[in-house]
Amino acid sequence: MEGAPPEAVIETRGLRRVFKSRSRTVEAVVGVDLNVVRGEIFGFLGPNGAGKTTTLRMLATLLAPSGGTARVAGCDLATQPATIRERIGYVGQAGGADREITGRTELVFQGRLYGMSTEAAHKRAVELIDMLELEGAADRKVGTYSGGQKRRLDIGLGLVHDPELLFLNEPTTGLDPQSRARVWEEVRKMHDRGTTVFLTTHYLDEADALCDRVAIIDYGKIVAEGTPEELKRAIAGDVVTFSIAGDPQRALDLVKDQDFVRESGVEDGSVHLYVDRGEVAMPAILRLLDGAGLQLMTVELHRPSLDDVFLRKTGRSLREAAA
Amino acid sequence: MKVLRDTWLIFGRYFGIFIRNPVWVALGVLQPVLYLVLFAPLLVPLARTRGFPPGGAYNVFVPGLLVQLGMFGAAGVGFSLIAELRMGVIERLRVTPVSRVALLFGRALRDMFSIVLQSLILILIALPFGLSIHPIGIVVVLLLIGLIGLLTASIGYAVALAVKSEDSYAPIVFTSALPILLLSGVLLPMSIAPQWLQNVAAVNPLLYAVDAARHIFNDNLTDVSVAKGVVILVVLSVVAVVFGARQFGRAVA
Repeated sequence: MEGAPPEAVIETRGLRRVFKSRSRTVEAVVGVDLNVVRGEIFGFLGPNGAGKTTTLRMLATLLAPSGGTARVAGCDLATQPATIRERIGYVGQAGGADREITGRTELVFQGRLYGMSTEAAHKRAVELIDMLELEGAADRKVGTYSGGQKRRLDIGLGLVHDPELLFLNEPTTGLDPQSRARVWEEVRKMHDRGTTVFLTTHYLDEADALCDRVAIIDYGKIVAEGTPEELKRAIAGDVVTFSIAGDPQRALDLVKDQDFVRESGVEDGSVHLYVDRGEVAMPAILRLLDGAGLQLMTVELHRPSLDDVFLRKTGRSLREAAA
Repeated sequence: MKVLRDTWLIFGRYFGIFIRNPVWVALGVLQPVLYLVLFAPLLVPLARTRGFPPGGAYNVFVPGLLVQLGMFGAAGVGFSLIAELRMGVIERLRVTPVSRVALLFGRALRDMFSIVLQSLILILIALPFGLSIHPIGIVVVLLLIGLIGLLTASIGYAVALAVKSEDSYAPIVFTSALPILLLSGVLLPMSIAPQWLQNVAAVNPLLYAVDAARHIFNDNLTDVSVAKGVVILVVLSVVAVVFGARQFGRAVA
């Protein structure tokens, strides 16, 4: 199918979700337009409470939207949820395996839920146990698993029926770095097999390392969308971050109107400057501070990260927003 | 048919969990057995009182115990569901194409099975105390108690899905179960109650179940109250299963 336009696996228009309780109404998702293309790893990025999970749960048929439309895996979300369920896999934050049951039993049962015969389900369980390197754990109760083993089993449960689209909700939250790298490896393997992966994360490095494209959601709205490179390129140049002894506002006032500064702000007591060329800006900044008698405490020059994209788009750093 | 296949699958899962902990069956029977041994003897002189239904103390009291077992034995089912909600099991099941009716019905059938098993054990234990019942009566009464279990379990699951926390579930279920139990004539027959209490009790479906069970134990299988009790329970159970299945289908945020 060379030359054909990329096929959308997820397409939403104005997707909304309102939660009503006795005392108040919360608009968790305000109006989300998304296009996820077949075969890509799409990262959905945002702080806790931004609407990531709500959006994901709507797309996975777990939660009815309050408004808007969506097509998932070629089907209309409102009218064909049953067909969508056959085509998607979903790994929730809590995972979904019972602690009192063995991993193998859970995998076989999951296969049976997707209509497999007992034999086919057993065969598939063996394949997944092998693929996810769970041989040593498969016949133990899930409650005895390490965090990484548990997470790999959760992913296996989502892959039992070889779905064309897999949703992963915060797949590496709470994992140690090694297990985290292992999960990334599995996600890349799925990608190589042609599975579309839609994952949420609040780790920017994860989105950066893993995703073909990302969308940043904040207060229920998409504030930026593109490849990690595109988003970072939108913040031209470099980022200089420094702090001084005393009021950071004084330092900001001193440097913000310089020619080489494109944008500036104070965040967490530090001055952030987006500059065209770091190597030119840095000495100039130091001279200015020195001339004004301000004592420099820390200074850092780095290439823009998705964190900077987030800060720029929302006015808050992701770490602060997540806290 | 998909619903039947799925129901069988879900039943199989929860039955497997159930038989791995047979101690719950014994604990479930323990309470009614204590009533049988430590309370029922008090009823023997009372059974000669005017207004006390016929059949003797044990044939009046054991049917009540069975109804109580059917209800309280299934009232706690929501706790395991809430634990599963927390582990993400329910969300995982709901995202598969499995039938929503099966998600409820398969589980509730397991609870029904457990109740019927415990009821049978209780009847067998009560026989040496002076209980008398025809074998066909045992079958009919087990069906009746099984229906109470199905009804209670379905309501329990629906409530658990709605409240999602043990702290809310326990007071809701046990606070509502107590008046239903007291007004069903389980402990003492409502026929000896004052008129106003009988009037209040008349709206309690469990009253008719107890009434039906007592007629079954007295070999009055053809009595209209038996059919009445069964029909009321079947109708309520269907409503509860449909309602519970809708809870499974609806978003559990």
